[in-house]
Amino acid sequence: MDFRFSDEQQQLRQEVRQFLEEELKQGLWQPSCDAWIMAYDPQFTKRVSAKGWIGLTWPKEHGGQGRGYIDRLIVTEEMLRYGAPAACHWFADRQIGGAILHYGTEEQKRELLPLILRGEAYVGLGMSEPEAGSDLASLKTKAVEDGDDYIIDGQKVWTSGGSYMNWIYLVARTDPDAVPKHKGISEFFFKADLPGTTVRPIVDITGGVHFNEVFFDGVRVPKTCLIGEKNRGFYQILNQLDYERSGMERLMANYPLFEALIQYSKESKRNGQPLAKEPAVRAKLAQLKIELEVGRLHMYRVALVMDEGRAPNWESSMAKAYGTAFEQRLASTAIEILGLYGQLAPKSKRVPIKGMAYHSYLSSKGYSLQAGTSEILKNILALRKLGLPSQ
Amino acid sequence: MNLTPSEEQEMLKTMAGDFLSDKLPKTAVKEMEESEAGYSPELWREMAELGWMGLALPEKYGGGGMSFLDLAVLLEEMGAACLPGPYFSTVILGGLPIIDIGSDEQKEQYLPRIASGETIFTLALTEASASYHAASVETKASADKDGYIITGTKLFVPDAHVADYMLVVARTDDKAKDEDRISLFIVDSKSQGISHTLLETIANDKLCEVTFDQVKVSKENILGQLNQGWGEVQKIIQRAAVAKCCEMVGCIQKVLDMTIDYAKERKQYDRPIGSFQVIQHYCADMLTDVDGARLATYQAAWMVSEGLPGTQEVAIAKAWTGEACQRVIALAHQIHGAIGCTIDHDLQYYTRRAKAAEVTFGDASFYQEIVAQEMGL
Ligand SMILES: Cc1cc2nc3c(=O)[nH]c(=O)nc-3n(C[C@H](O)[C@H](O)[C@H](O)COP(=O)(O)OP(=O)(O)OC[C@H]3O[C@@H](n4cnc5c(N)ncnc54)[C@H](O)[C@@H]3O)c2cc1C
Repeated sequence: MDFRFSDEQQQLRQEVRQFLEEELKQGLWQPSCDAWIMAYDPQFTKRVSAKGWIGLTWPKEHGGQGRGYIDRLIVTEEMLRYGAPAACHWFADRQIGGAILHYGTEEQKRELLPLILRGEAYVGLGMSEPEAGSDLASLKTKAVEDGDDYIIDGQKVWTSGGSYMNWIYLVARTDPDAVPKHKGISEFFFKADLPGTTVRPIVDITGGVHFNEVFFDGVRVPKTCLIGEKNRGFYQILNQLDYERSGMERLMANYPLFEALIQYSKESKRNGQPLAKEPAVRAKLAQLKIELEVGRLHMYRVALVMDEGRAPNWESSMAKAYGTAFEQRLASTAIEILGLYGQLAPKSKRVPIKGMAYHSYLSSKGYSLQAGTSEILKNILALRKLGLPSQ
Repeated sequence: MNLTPSEEQEMLKTMAGDFLSDKLPKTAVKEMEESEAGYSPELWREMAELGWMGLALPEKYGGGGMSFLDLAVLLEEMGAACLPGPYFSTVILGGLPIIDIGSDEQKEQYLPRIASGETIFTLALTEASASYHAASVETKASADKDGYIITGTKLFVPDAHVADYMLVVARTDDKAKDEDRISLFIVDSKSQGISHTLLETIANDKLCEVTFDQVKVSKENILGQLNQGWGEVQKIIQRAAVAKCCEMVGCIQKVLDMTIDYAKERKQYDRPIGSFQVIQHYCADMLTDVDGARLATYQAAWMVSEGLPGTQEVAIAKAWTGEACQRVIALAHQIHGAIGCTIDHDLQYYTRRAKAAEVTFGDASFYQEIVAQEMGL
């Protein structure tokens, strides 16, 4: 057992920090909560790509750095710590590149991986549908073979970044008669602006536009867009989901709020003394810190599992359910500590800490739903890890 | 970074687990709890023969020269087995501080006897205010011509009734600041003026009230530096807190395992209760708490083992583990139903111990405050 990072890893962390500090100094962007999924900044992504921090874990022959998942976790942890606008490349780097490496043909690898490495693939994940949430296998969007193409019809919903995406990762039904239904599903990756595609933004609970409805009306995609095996898509997704759930964004999505809250508590006075001197406030902040640090250990464990070459199946389920619950407590506690000020919206007069508490309290409601609800994750722990009998 | 135990640690774990499940069925735990001594001298001897007392003591004093991290593995197994008796007092509260700050003579005098199981130690620290702050140390050690005279009352002293020696924390002079002028003494328990009474505790362990009435100790029995003892006491508390966490991790891992077994086997409505989703989610929550406690505990144990400054990591481990234990135990009881509320069921041993462990060597509030300080609040 060793909880130390290697010299190389410490150096990597230092490098990422320096890079981000420098960016901040130049005022290139403002730190924000949810920046990993909501702050789209193509230029930032280009600069990250130039650093070699996209595709860090991919093999060198595919343009990656051949580094481990702990290293990637270090990079993403720092991005999140600084609230850096990494949304353009996050999905592609986190799971799409990996999926193509795993399941793609040589040609797909040659064509698509460089795109991701250059930070030019802003990917939307087209999985959920109005009738297919947790029970993803009941999805209806269909892809029908037609000569050298597939023709896609149907609707996706909750597609994060749908208004920005230029590529879409789509899960569709390729065998309507399959029993059980999950055996008739395939995965596709194609440009998001093909004729017949309509994206309609959904205003989310914060009042912002983050997720979208995406309609496919006879969208024609070449067969070369099929990723992996036809009708085996569901097994591929299960594996990808392990990766989707595995990252530090499930613990530190609203980390900038935590830092701002600590700073605020030290500086703001209530009843003649800094807030941070009030025993109740101290205890709350310390408890958050304790929970955060336990969460970091969960996240690092997941990365270690991946570095061992295992899919982090139950470990990532545990980490995600734990981490998102923490993020929600953080947001809620932040409003409690800010008191009456906590209710002020980001653009309001007198709003403290840029309204991060308001934003985060609302946006964090979705954390425990996206990428597998906490209930589904606990099912995984109970059935797959603990071996409890199924219902 | 690497979270995998070493091969030796795996071996130690298996060996200790097997030994304890063989020698320590709950009937034996019960017998020991009910006995006056609170432990079995026979088992104690066997543990000494296995090298457990000296595991983390230097080889030149008859120890095994292993690390605190190795010891952590053993403590986890002891927690899982509900081992009663003065192991913790002797090794964690007696032996390790002597390694840290004992003089060469003191080390030679005491450590080999600890390693061989001949000598039982304990620590007399807490007093009526029942806190781990320096201000609560009121017991006085007044300078006398050839030594010191200790007067005061210590509370919650584990195993004092069987200890051969106690490390006694006392004030050596009127205080300027709370932390100043505290010293540690190695005191022979048979010294004139020492008396003890057993307290009755939730864990059925042996905590004592120990009264020191004009107890004479010689200068040679000062452990560490005169008047500068509080720093070491803090270190003892921190290390003991981590050691407690290790026991607690063993405790809740065992509770989880028992509960999963039960959920698979107990049937209601013609199906195992473990097939009900509510029960499954309770179990998933227990697992998450156990794993979180384990991660935080081993991080802290690793810091202690490496001699790194780990004030925050220790605080996080103890605050988290203490509360995680309570959640795990509560769910275990809920899942077990009424059978878990009987004195004949194994669960009660864990329920009792986990509650005591939560408040021993600092509870969550105590460590939250330390974390707050570390955060610069
Ligand atoms: C902010 C946000 C971003 C998202 N981004 C994307 C995206 O980019 N792409 C995409 O495809 N999807 C996205 N989603 C959708 C997300 O994947 C779904 O919300 C999720 O799969 C749950 O589906 P649902 O919302 O339909 O809820 P439902 O599945 O209807 O669940 C409702 C409730 O029932 C519970 N439940 C359902 N089944 C079970 C069961 N078997 N056992 C116990 N409880 C159960 C759930 O846990 C939940 O509490 C996003 C969602 C959010 C909130």
